[in-house]
Amino acid sequence: MTADAVSAPAKAPFLLRPFQLIGRTVLGGFREIGRIAAFSGGVLIACITPVIYIREVLRQCLKVGYYSLPVVGLTAVFIGAALALNIYTGGSRFNAEQFVPNIVVLGITRELGPVLAGLMLAGRVSAGIAAEIGAMRVTEQIDALLTLSAKPSRYLYAPRVIAGILTLPLLVVVADIIGVLGGYLVAVGALDFNGSLYLKNSWAFVTGNDIWSGIIKAAVFGGIISLMGCYQGDRSKGGAGGVGRAATLAVVGAAVLILASNYILTSIFVRVGL
Amino acid sequence: MIDFSAKPILELRDVHKAFGAKRVLRGVDLKVAAGQSLVIIGGSGTGKSVTIKSALGLVTPDKGEIYFDGERVKSAKTIGTLRRRTGMLFQGGALFDSLTVWENVAFALLYRDSVSRGEAKKRAIENLAKVRLPASAADLRPAELSGGMQKRVALARAIIAKPDLIFFDEPTTGLDPITADAVNNLIVEQVKALGAAAVSITHDMASVRKIADEVAMLHEGKIVWRGPVSALDNSGNPFIDQFVNGRAEGPIQPAI
Repeated sequence: MTADAVSAPAKAPFLLRPFQLIGRTVLGGFREIGRIAAFSGGVLIACITPVIYIREVLRQCLKVGYYSLPVVGLTAVFIGAALALNIYTGGSRFNAEQFVPNIVVLGITRELGPVLAGLMLAGRVSAGIAAEIGAMRVTEQIDALLTLSAKPSRYLYAPRVIAGILTLPLLVVVADIIGVLGGYLVAVGALDFNGSLYLKNSWAFVTGNDIWSGIIKAAVFGGIISLMGCYQGDRSKGGAGGVGRAATLAVVGAAVLILASNYILTSIFVRVGL
Repeated sequence: MIDFSAKPILELRDVHKAFGAKRVLRGVDLKVAAGQSLVIIGGSGTGKSVTIKSALGLVTPDKGEIYFDGERVKSAKTIGTLRRRTGMLFQGGALFDSLTVWENVAFALLYRDSVSRGEAKKRAIENLAKVRLPASAADLRPAELSGGMQKRVALARAIIAKPDLIFFDEPTTGLDPITADAVNNLIVEQVKALGAAAVSITHDMASVRKIADEVAMLHEGKIVWRGPVSALDNSGNPFIDQFVNGRAEGPIQPAI
């Protein structure tokens, strides 16, 4: 094919090139935010309007939720155990060792459970979704879907996002229980706590608000993880290298957005007293 | 010769498409009559795939008009109508890895026409038989099939909804000559059985001679020759002569 030059970007004078670079980067950033927002809007509309492919949603719930249980459980048990040790060590400086169960349960339910489960799933699920959809894009499977009158937003993306939003809260509830159990094992096994008293203190201290705030965060993180995977997969091009790049971008994007939205959600919860 | 006094099933008028600085299509004009098999030939990167992707609404042309069965294809509704009445066989098959063979074949029935799974599977197996695949292949995954079998599954998927027009993108690429000939035979047989029109793109001259009623040559984003397949060997057109005889010397520059 003969390529004709249709237009070439104007080159700025040498001294102005740094400004041109800054401008191009900023504009590129805004363009990307706009693209993500438009993509997310389309997918979220597909999530709440018929037709919803229930079989696909269930299949994705299995992949996103059930198969993530081991990694989330292992993360939670070790974090709960390490948290108990740290709080014991720190608390002993001002004779506050007895607060270990209270702070472990608070830390796990409000913060560490949802954030760490979210970050683990960003690695496992977001990358997986991006790689799967990216491979579908480069092998023309997404074009094939379109020719068969199936919208990718409805058939591919919405089931994954619904599965993320539904299953991460359930995973976080499991992570909360296992995380508290991790703290319990260390407290009873290594720090000479009374087992029944530890559990009684944990249960008495935790409130419905603590658990709900973690669950709400988890639902938001679940949506972010799936959306970033779908978005990067959808935009991938250029063969195996492009698919790998999409997976990397999905993990990085999901992790950053989880941490940023965690701060925003925590600020809102503090303000409204949740 | 094909009678164009009747309304063509597909028509492209002055279609242009550029990707960045690369102008791929520079005014493609094409008519396909109902029941006709048109094969588009041309060197690598001349815009053959972009032409059929434009016709299917997978690529939006920068300029030009596309008509399907006399209606201009522009809105989501008209693109939807076109896709419901067409089938497409992609170069690599583009079978869905996560679904079984029968779910691939019956995809349009399951997800578009809301046919029950039992009925859809029955019709998928019937269509697999049409492309000489046994019912035992129905529950396999695409990755468990050979390249030739994948092409046949893709053909079964393209014909299951009885389309009026089928697009074939390099249907024999990557196949040995014997399997390629078998796939060509199946294409001719199934297109004729449906009474559908077909638009194929290929480099394979054996395929061209087997499946084409007419041939159009695309060069630098334009149709430079069109005629019946019987005229290929004495067209008097330097582009066609070079392509048909596979010579590096001539008006078409090799894509290396």
